[in-house]
Amino acid sequence: MSEKTLTRLDLSEAVFREVGLSRNDSAQLVESVLTHMSDALVDGEQVKISSFGTFSVRDKAARVGRNPKTGEEVPISPRRVLTFRPSHLMKDRVADGNRK
Amino acid sequence: MIRSELIQKIADENPHLYQRDVEKIVNVIFEEIIEAMARGDRVELRGFGAFSVKKRDARTGRNPRTGEAVDVEEKHVPFFKTGKLLRDRLNGQA
Repeated sequence: MSEKTLTRLDLSEAVFREVGLSRNDSAQLVESVLTHMSDALVDGEQVKISSFGTFSVRDKAARVGRNPKTGEEVPISPRRVLTFRPSHLMKDRVADGNRK
Repeated sequence: MIRSELIQKIADENPHLYQRDVEKIVNVIFEEIIEAMARGDRVELRGFGAFSVKKRDARTGRNPRTGEAVDVEEKHVPFFKTGKLLRDRLNGQA
């Protein structure tokens, strides 16, 4: 495995290569995509990107947790968490690509 | 929100771009993330989250219907971890 880490910069570079926009505009478009997705999720909407995956927001009830080191009980307040369910296509491509 | 709605929002904000270019832009972003993970790379988008690949060891599974033991090969699965800013925003803290 190569184990490289890509960032926003690599995504804007891909946008730059794909359509002839400036690097600056490409970076802004990557940011807009992430912002729109985040905003929809914060509004409680599901974000479903076909052949990529689905991001959904789930409500977690309050519960009593425990500090694993001290054994002390700590209250965990109710919260909203984000889950991502990869599409079959993504799962297959990731499995195939990393197969030895 | 689905892919086409996301594309429409970006198109509305960028009237100077052709709709087909906006489609290409949105598609290439998701495609790039999948390609990175297919190579075993991580994609870290600060504030939003990080996509990575996790290894699942080979194991002996069981056919739930027949109870028969089956060998399941080692495999790699996509994983997403929500970024701190987005996690905080989901809980009204940012």
